[in-house]
Amino acid sequence: MINVLEYLEDSAKKYPDKTAFLGTNSCVTFKEMLDKAQSIALSLISAGAHKEPVVIAMTRSPEMIIAFFGVIAAGCYYVPIDEQMPAHRTELIMDRLKARFIITDGTTTLPSQTSADVFNYSDASSLTEVTPLAAERLAKVRKAAIDLDPIYIVFTSGSTGIPKGVVTNHRCVIDYVEQLTKVIGASHDSIFAMQSPLYVDACLKEIYSTLKFGATTHIVPKELFTQPVKLVEYLNENKINTVCWVVPALTFISGLQTFKTVIPKYLKTVAFGSEVFPPKQLKTWRETLPEARFINLYGPTEATGMCCHYEVTDKTDPEKPVPIGKPFPNKEIFLLDDDGKSVPKGQVGEICIRGISLSPGYFNNPDITSKAFVQNPLNPLFTDIIYKTGDLGRLNEDDDIEFVSRKDFQIKHMGYRIELGEIEMLTCKTEGVENVCCLYDGEKKKISMFYMGTIDKSTLISLLKNKLPRYMIPNTVIKLDLMPLTANGKTDRNALKQML
Amino acid sequence: MDELLNILTELHPDIDFDKEENLIGDKILDSFDIVTIIAEVSDVFDVAIPAQDIVEENFNSAKALYALIKRLEEEDD
Repeated sequence: MINVLEYLEDSAKKYPDKTAFLGTNSCVTFKEMLDKAQSIALSLISAGAHKEPVVIAMTRSPEMIIAFFGVIAAGCYYVPIDEQMPAHRTELIMDRLKARFIITDGTTTLPSQTSADVFNYSDASSLTEVTPLAAERLAKVRKAAIDLDPIYIVFTSGSTGIPKGVVTNHRCVIDYVEQLTKVIGASHDSIFAMQSPLYVDACLKEIYSTLKFGATTHIVPKELFTQPVKLVEYLNENKINTVCWVVPALTFISGLQTFKTVIPKYLKTVAFGSEVFPPKQLKTWRETLPEARFINLYGPTEATGMCCHYEVTDKTDPEKPVPIGKPFPNKEIFLLDDDGKSVPKGQVGEICIRGISLSPGYFNNPDITSKAFVQNPLNPLFTDIIYKTGDLGRLNEDDDIEFVSRKDFQIKHMGYRIELGEIEMLTCKTEGVENVCCLYDGEKKKISMFYMGTIDKSTLISLLKNKLPRYMIPNTVIKLDLMPLTANGKTDRNALKQML
Repeated sequence: MDELLNILTELHPDIDFDKEENLIGDKILDSFDIVTIIAEVSDVFDVAIPAQDIVEENFNSAKALYALIKRLEEEDD
């Protein structure tokens, strides 16, 4: 397989009238999805789009997924934007992309000064029939696509204050889909509940498992993640049998004693990732669903979101954090020390990945790309690129990798990857702020910000809300007269910790 | 009520919790806030909010949440 469109085309042929994706206000069959995607592709091709980024600024919905495939069918790659993303951040991303095309449904605020062509989703997807001539144009574009062409760019937090765009191509995703679906046992009968937003790569799991097998995905309304009983009732009403969720979404259910009221009785597979599953919470889940499989998935966006997996069994130590396990086939994981040498078993090293699911790098950002994607230090003989994750891990006695910590100030918060440096940089640029330091309390899941300056706390938070996504807004903000310093003149993070 | 307002304001200092009446609907509170509020309420008021009461109606305003806390306190007595 060369092009991920094949997944959609096959399912549209085999199960034309089966519902593929259901959202709050709409649903779509496989055939409708293909027809509308082709219509969008033709609109883009007619406008001159060619192997370039197309921004998708839409509400999380089945239509947004159709727009993704419209862009792919046009031989381009999509860049999904968070509908609630502050305009400032969208502008930074648009500036980096220099995108000429945007598809929108009118629900997202776009930068006021954009020179891009703005396509309305409804208009672009409304062609009733693909004429023979149009089919020929689509086929021509399709033929020109190779598996190294990008499919999408996902923007993640960057320590310089500017988000980084991770590029992912057909080859990466095809490899990902083939491995993931085997591990989670996806099939035609799978009914998924999608928790993730559509502007992060976590949504690939449900999208492609659904398309590969002609399965079904329900897009869970975001507000249900504030009401645990209703959330589980939703899973039951829709007979959800498979979830691939971030750990905080699962612990939101178990931590609030929801299982005393209702149990997700159809769930057979619970795949989880993004953070370490607290052992006590995992125990609650396993005791509630003794027949279900629990699978830990690990991997950064730069490796298409997945490179290791571990299935929890009765042999898994219930007191210890679940290992991230072993690499998927066709991937290799090294644990390297600072000199680029493999560390002995049991010792901590940086988790480095090689394999075909590695991203080609960050969009329009060769400097940062060359720091993270480097020549394999264990192979000086030919070009062999590995990705340095910045995560530290060690190999346990069963040859499973255990996640230890981060090497830098990157954190995982609410399932999102965040560089504390990005929050600090943007805050520092605010008038009335002199000095900033952010800390993260992994146990309490809190970002704390300390700052010096003349601006008051609530004004600062209001300004930050215009610059940063919701999940990057500090939970606690403390104004200081003086920032504590170490003997070397650096911010004394330990002294700040004591203040919390 | 002041104690509850303190808990909420600590989470979102820029929100006027006396006036806001659609905290969930307007996506001001998310799942993490809910978890934090429940833990703080448990510490400060010594009441446990059962899962079936963690619904939009009870968390859309400080007033509604306070009414819930009072009801749970009465049921405890």
